[in-house]
Amino acid sequence: MASALHYQTIAGLSAQLAAGRLSSVELTRAVLARTEAVEGRIRAFNSRDEADALKQAADSDARRAAGRSRGPLEGIPVGLKDVIAVTDQPLTASSKMLANFISPYDATVTAKLKQAGAVLWGRLNLDEFAMGSSTENSAFGPTRNPWDLTRVPGGSSGGSAAALAAGTALATLGSDTGGSIRQPAALCGVVGLKPSYGLVSRYGLIAFASSLDQIGPFTRTVEDAAIMLGAIAGHDPLDSTSYRTDVPDYRTALAGKRGPWRIGIPKEYFGEGLDPEVGAAVEKAIAFYRSQNCEIKEVSLPHTQYCLDTYYIIATAEASSNLARFDGIRYGHRAADVTDVEDLYSRSRAEGFGAEVKRRIILGTYVLSSGYYDAYYLRAQKVRTLIRQDFLNAYQEVDALLTPTSPVPAFKLGEKSDPLAMYLCDIYTIGVNLAGLPAVSVPCGFTTGGLPIGLQLIGQPFRETELLAIARDYEQGHDWHTRVPSL
Amino acid sequence: MAASSELNIDHVARLARLALSPQEKAEYSRQLGDVLHHIGQLGKVDVNGVEPTAHAYPVVNVWDEDVPRAGLPVDVALQNAPRQRQHMIAVPKVVE
Repeated sequence: MASALHYQTIAGLSAQLAAGRLSSVELTRAVLARTEAVEGRIRAFNSRDEADALKQAADSDARRAAGRSRGPLEGIPVGLKDVIAVTDQPLTASSKMLANFISPYDATVTAKLKQAGAVLWGRLNLDEFAMGSSTENSAFGPTRNPWDLTRVPGGSSGGSAAALAAGTALATLGSDTGGSIRQPAALCGVVGLKPSYGLVSRYGLIAFASSLDQIGPFTRTVEDAAIMLGAIAGHDPLDSTSYRTDVPDYRTALAGKRGPWRIGIPKEYFGEGLDPEVGAAVEKAIAFYRSQNCEIKEVSLPHTQYCLDTYYIIATAEASSNLARFDGIRYGHRAADVTDVEDLYSRSRAEGFGAEVKRRIILGTYVLSSGYYDAYYLRAQKVRTLIRQDFLNAYQEVDALLTPTSPVPAFKLGEKSDPLAMYLCDIYTIGVNLAGLPAVSVPCGFTTGGLPIGLQLIGQPFRETELLAIARDYEQGHDWHTRVPSL
Repeated sequence: MAASSELNIDHVARLARLALSPQEKAEYSRQLGDVLHHIGQLGKVDVNGVEPTAHAYPVVNVWDEDVPRAGLPVDVALQNAPRQRQHMIAVPKVVE
């Protein structure tokens, strides 16, 4: 199965396309056929436009025939999380609020993928407005984990992870506010990269928590992640938080970087709540790096225990502000038969938003409200400084940190009904967002029940090349990433 | 830190412009009470003299060249408006 077109890598397919052994139309047809065969069981897509994808593929083949190939993504079908705008296509955030919204413009990452020649294929399911860790909070119903259809794919970018694992896209984009790329990547057995805050433009991404959100790729291999990052990274005047930094050709730069590395193991990430099989797989990864002459050093991130609380104050506060724009006036759901404009706002929002979004808006409004701002929001921002400093201190001694991505493998649909239990899924991923760091999840084994396990590597600010090189060294010593689910 | 019982759900729902049902109010009060109890442990951290972090990499005073650029055409900008009339968004009467 792994040799089927829909389970190959961008790097491999790109070479076949360049050699003329394969056309983008053939490749796209293979992905469409695969989608037709398995999507009914996975439900990763909110919408898809087969005719549009085939037209893009034909355009790509024409460019290539004319000698105008745009690089390694030319002709490769890439799926987007349904929070990233594509002109004239639906953009729903998996919410009733935006059920009928058609995007009037391209996100910057969309425009960049088009410039790179990619075939944009489908808009992928998520927890409503990216709020959740299981993709169960979608107004369009949950996505299933391709490794076990009774289990969740993780979230919030569950559709992006599941589509890749199911072979219904060859790479996808997600967004990561507290782990929403890395956790579903771990639960679905694929590579998921959250770049440094500011490296990838958020223009055209539906905002959740603006000081934390970052767009990044899901891919089958680390090299493919480097190819995707190279296509989407870079300063953008349309995003005022976009960071001015050199963007190398990550794929080429990656090939030139070799260890041995200095790897830190934060002791706070191996405590209570860690599933024993996940813990054992991560210990084996540590042993692998040691066998490669890497220096393994225990480090401490003493404010780790405060990450979850800090995150849920900052993220909900920012969300309550960002989601104020959904007022039923200019776009989105508008309630019928309202008495006045106040009634229009309150009822449109009550009808358009799902339960988790309402909960977070209420919490965020509360922590920002008069009399509570200093005790919650300002205090959380100060603790955030301490959390960030912990990481920067650790990087005095090591090149990267190694942790589990998720404390548990994929859980059953409906298993975590309590919001707090769901929030604890992100315990190892949220510190990275608070500190603005790059991090990647790579497959590092399977449970005895056949569920994927993910390894998280956390890098230094804007040093994605080193981070990916460290991940590549692990990947090259193992074959987990070549395994595919039986569907 | 404020105690969880201080979350006045009617007041906060009004601030958030969310028309919640009585069932939602009861459910969210209980669930958010648990969350606020958890969050209360931040009160234990010594933050004396610590500066707040708003963004991981502060980018300040981002200026753009003052040159006109084409925006969206009116009909495209309004294509998602729930109600419109004569290239304007229609809303309930807001002044008497």
